[in-house]
Amino acid sequence: MHVSVSEETAEQQPAAHQVSAFLERRREQIAQRWADAALFRTVFTVSRDEAVEAGRAVAAALAAVAASGRLEDIRAAGFEAVRDQLGRMAASRARTGTDPDGVAREVAALREPATELLRAEFDDPNGREALECVVALTALMGTLRLVVMETTVSAGEEVIARQREQLHEVATPVIKLWESTVAVPLIGTLDSARSQVVMESLLDAIVAERARFAILDITGVPTVDSLVAQHLMKTVAAARLMGAECIVSGIRPAIAQTIVHLGIDLGSVLTRASLADALAYALSRQGVEIAPLRTADPAADAGVR
Amino acid sequence: MTASRHAAPATLPIGSDADLAWVRQQVRQAAAELGFGLVQQTKLVTAASELARNTLVHGGGGHVVLTPLHTGQAQGLRLSFVDSGPGIRDLEQAMTDGYTSGGGLGLGLSGSKRLVQEFEVDSTPGGGTTVTVTAWATIVPPTRPGL
Amino acid sequence: MTGAAGPPLAGATGGYGFTVPVLRLGDVLLVTLQGELHDGMAEQLQHDITSRIAGSRVTGVVIDISGVDIVDSFLGRVLAEIAAGAGLLAARTVLAGMRPAVAITLVELGLTLPGLRTALDVERAMELLTGDPRDGERSP
Repeated sequence: MHVSVSEETAEQQPAAHQVSAFLERRREQIAQRWADAALFRTVFTVSRDEAVEAGRAVAAALAAVAASGRLEDIRAAGFEAVRDQLGRMAASRARTGTDPDGVAREVAALREPATELLRAEFDDPNGREALECVVALTALMGTLRLVVMETTVSAGEEVIARQREQLHEVATPVIKLWESTVAVPLIGTLDSARSQVVMESLLDAIVAERARFAILDITGVPTVDSLVAQHLMKTVAAARLMGAECIVSGIRPAIAQTIVHLGIDLGSVLTRASLADALAYALSRQGVEIAPLRTADPAADAGVR
Repeated sequence: MTASRHAAPATLPIGSDADLAWVRQQVRQAAAELGFGLVQQTKLVTAASELARNTLVHGGGGHVVLTPLHTGQAQGLRLSFVDSGPGIRDLEQAMTDGYTSGGGLGLGLSGSKRLVQEFEVDSTPGGGTTVTVTAWATIVPPTRPGL
Repeated sequence: MTGAAGPPLAGATGGYGFTVPVLRLGDVLLVTLQGELHDGMAEQLQHDITSRIAGSRVTGVVIDISGVDIVDSFLGRVLAEIAAGAGLLAARTVLAGMRPAVAITLVELGLTLPGLRTALDVERAMELLTGDPRDGERSP
């Protein structure tokens, strides 16, 4: 045996040691067989060489884990070398619609070709020594499956968290309406997390645009409960601290009634019926007046009659 | 996933104005290292400033223990403010906005509670006060290279 | 945001070694707060500003906090008291340049500083005090 391993480990787990040596020795053959297995074949579609290369890396990692004797430890150092690669493979399967169960089955399917090669190493494939080695390899392949499952789950969580973040950003654009005037048209339900994003993006926009006026338009917000009202008031207060005046527009009659029913005091908040009214207010405060252009032909006005 | 670098808890003394400033700086640095966003950092540092000042003014000085937390994907920071001062006689009253015994605005305890996710006060009259707060960094997954 | 660890300020600032710059621009005092402000420094500043207003014809005070990365209830109280004190001496105070993260935190803390005038930056604050008609403010 030429794999470096502490005497102790080797003595305690001769089978693990033997499996490690086998994985090293037959790495090429194992990788070749795995390249044809569903997991590798479907992930590495560009070239078979790529699949074989990936298979070699996994076999080498398994050999390292077996050498350390930690056959059932998903934290075994040997896995680190391929953890990212396995994560990418699992993510790639997930993207094509394979559910975690399916990925698990595909990983499990890698065991058979490897076990077959292992049995062939022994004069008596059903002898005690062979059996012990097969059991050790089976345990190792089970651990590999757990490692893949773990990366799959965490990859899924990352995707969900990232999408949630993106949704928040996409759903709350801050628009510059005029010199020194920015607006956020809010659409959909305002929960705490989203209110936080709205507040932060509005305040950042106030700095970026040197805004004097910030309009929060809630025309597209289906309901305003006391929590939402509180968020609105906090945003207004924070904008004021930064030196901008905040106007809440688009309070529909039903929402106005709810606000009154709930006893919410929006008294300190400047409100306008529509976004247009809010903009008109902001403009007039800045000395800008909007008037229809004088038409060249006065008859055009009268022409309606 | 990857083995987290477990930073050991750090203990900082609270005995002077300058200590308050040092606590603020250390809390900000720890929060930044744990991946807290700017707003989250600011909230936690402000809470730490309020509570450290309570320890100094009402507790006659003491110390704070900063403990980085790593659970699964979440990164958090726990701060324990410990003093052996007179303790808080009426906790409910002390937690009320505007209540003050020390000439401040009375927002120290109640206000800082709103700036963190977890808040706990342990106080016995004559036996000192420990205020423990915990904040968690919003989970923004790190982009994995090559994914 | 720099994550760099500064050395402990204790000792280095014995007696608050660095001072807060207070600049006079016409009838306006411009106070620039930056970085870490010790409680003692803040109280000293409050005293300094009040006496400078009393000893001159200052009609406005601009406190620039764009370089301040946290405002807690103590500093909040000091700022409010500076404004109240200036008001008694017939000077108007404008708090300028509060950062978004600081504003969000103050609101969450429950400190909305209702009596304080605010402006986005020093330039806007000066406009407010010198009575730019666009803001509908009466000139002093």
